[in-house]
Amino acid sequence: MKLNGAQILINSLQSEGVEYIFGFPGGAVLHICDALEAQNDITNVLVRHEQGAAHAADGYARASGKPGVVLVTSGPGITNAVTGIATAHMDSIPMVVISGQVPSPLIGMDAFQEVDATGITRSCVKHNFLVRDINEIANTVKKAFHIATTGRPGPVVVDIPKDKTIEQITPKSYPEEVEMRSYKPTVKASNRQIKKTAELILNSKRPIIYSGGGCVIGNASNELREFTRMTGFPITQTLMGLGAYPGNDELSLGMLGMHGTYESNMAMYGADCVIAIGARFDDRITGSLDKFCPNAKFIHVDIDPSQISKNVVADIPIVGQVNQVLEVLNKELKDKKFQDISKWWSQINKWREMDSLAYKKKPGVIKPQTVIETLYEVTKGKAIVTSDVGQHQMWAAQYYMFDEPRRWINSGGLGTMGFGLPAAMGAKLAMPGKDVACITSEGSIQMMTQELSTMLQYSTPVKIINLNNGYLGMVRQWQEFFYENRYAMSYMDALPDFIKLAESYGHMGILVEKEADLKPAMLEAFKQKERTVFVDIKTDPTENVFPMIPAGGAHCDMLLAGRDEMVSKDETDLNAV
Amino acid sequence: MRHIISVLLENETGALSRVSGLFSQRGFNIESLTVAETSDSSLSRMTIFSTGNDRVIEQIVKQLNKLIEVVKVSDLTSQDHVERELMLVKVCPTNKDELEIKQLVDIFSCKIVDVTEKTYTIEISGKTKKINAFLNALNSAIIMEVSRTGVTGISRGKKAILK
Repeated sequence: MKLNGAQILINSLQSEGVEYIFGFPGGAVLHICDALEAQNDITNVLVRHEQGAAHAADGYARASGKPGVVLVTSGPGITNAVTGIATAHMDSIPMVVISGQVPSPLIGMDAFQEVDATGITRSCVKHNFLVRDINEIANTVKKAFHIATTGRPGPVVVDIPKDKTIEQITPKSYPEEVEMRSYKPTVKASNRQIKKTAELILNSKRPIIYSGGGCVIGNASNELREFTRMTGFPITQTLMGLGAYPGNDELSLGMLGMHGTYESNMAMYGADCVIAIGARFDDRITGSLDKFCPNAKFIHVDIDPSQISKNVVADIPIVGQVNQVLEVLNKELKDKKFQDISKWWSQINKWREMDSLAYKKKPGVIKPQTVIETLYEVTKGKAIVTSDVGQHQMWAAQYYMFDEPRRWINSGGLGTMGFGLPAAMGAKLAMPGKDVACITSEGSIQMMTQELSTMLQYSTPVKIINLNNGYLGMVRQWQEFFYENRYAMSYMDALPDFIKLAESYGHMGILVEKEADLKPAMLEAFKQKERTVFVDIKTDPTENVFPMIPAGGAHCDMLLAGRDEMVSKDETDLNAV
Repeated sequence: MRHIISVLLENETGALSRVSGLFSQRGFNIESLTVAETSDSSLSRMTIFSTGNDRVIEQIVKQLNKLIEVVKVSDLTSQDHVERELMLVKVCPTNKDELEIKQLVDIFSCKIVDVTEKTYTIEISGKTKKINAFLNALNSAIIMEVSRTGVTGISRGKKAILK
């Protein structure tokens, strides 16, 4: 039977087990929309802006572990999606984006709604394809999913000219396997490196595990837990890694880096052995590279060889899939004798006593930290939490103790404001049985409020926790610290009435202006199982995120809450530890 | 340090721009780049002449390897190799320059490949140093234009990029 290119494409997506396509139609993809309408396996989610489609697919992928799928038209369709694609790329999220292209004969003629989609997306995708032959559609889709989901995952764009969706052929069956001579990611680590790693671990006296997003994306949570508990080493997690190891476990020191805990950063500074697992030594983690972990040897486990020795030279590099590497390493270390690190732990516990996440409440003002703590209490720590970008994102990371992977969904690499709401919608579709909260702020949410409409159409009940302080808080904080309180472009006047806004989109809104109303409001919101509830909370506009390492500082140079002076140069003699 | 990096990649449209885009995106130096099909028409071979310290070159090699269409990357500088560059230079000599040009062509073992009423086109190949030396030896006032291929190279002996 003859099928057109659009039908072949949809059949291919069905073969890949796709459940949802997040997208927006347009001239170049009308045949694809038509083919989508003619079947029932894949649900199309019509967003209100293509950036929202990419973020929603991203949220779906992060929550489920399956690739997110996006469909956009040519020209503005794909350019609008670029921010979402770049967001997924920076955080290594598997995603396949199908973009329509103008008909082949018009390519290069500056046709209506034409852009060079593969050119524009080249630097923010894992790979992209322009399909030039209808016979290549199925094979290209197979390759796209293979590339997006294996090795270090990432987004893949498949650009299909309209005429290729209209042409008809008798298709071959969908390829079961794909063989690419130029793409063979390393999965298994070399035995020699494992042995060397074990030796260094067994000899270290002040070790620390520094785990990142690779442990979440690479499904290595179980292996990481086993490794940490077997070694008894302290563990600190990056913003992207939170949840792979339980945040409220005794061995967990919390997040590290610019807004990490005092004990995490001090332990990194003092460590003699840093075991980096699925983390990439981002500048927000390392601060000044010159002063980064001055006494440590580095073990670096990553699936992507280009991450190793990029920012920090690894003493022992291990390329491989994190869960497999850890599994082998755990076997290697089993029943071995470790160094006594009790002195190291007592030092860490002293640092812990600084209680760097403590904050003072002020009467009559709702502290943003209290909001996150209340959310944690009301959801019993079991919700999937998405966030936007800024102060609220840091508070969410610091105060919501994630104890499972894929519960914390945020744009860590690109730092995309507007990510939270559509990502929450995608996460809810992936995990309909779970409570989903979107922690956001009046600044970020306004970049994507139109998706409230999509959320009503597809019944994705999400609880929006809006930390409304009237300021672009992170910008305001930097201006307070580094620009002598000149709050240029950081105050938002004329905000909408978020309650009415939510109501006009058919959702429920709750305004919270007093701390006493906070918990009841959240309880009420989560009681509404079938509805999206917008909880607009007026929070302290002057609050700052602490601890803070100013950009380019060292891990021992931290600003802590309630202190004018930088805490620095800890007196501890590490050699005695 | 100067490095010559050979890249074997799928002969597909867009592959070249992925490589050149990588260099601009990550701020790597690129002094010259040559590319053409190999004996296997499904593969192209690219030679990139770049400069940087060891860590930069290590990143260049890793980032090139990460490109999906790249089959193999090899840093020729780290092994025994042969390298060549070809240059075409067009000159318009006055009568008194003519003899000097013919002498230079002899000394540098190059060829005059085209002659018109007022111009000569000279072809020279060899190591970059030799080509630079030839260019320096020419009277710059008579040089009309220069076209260089950039460096290409191949390893010596039994070793081959895919073996």
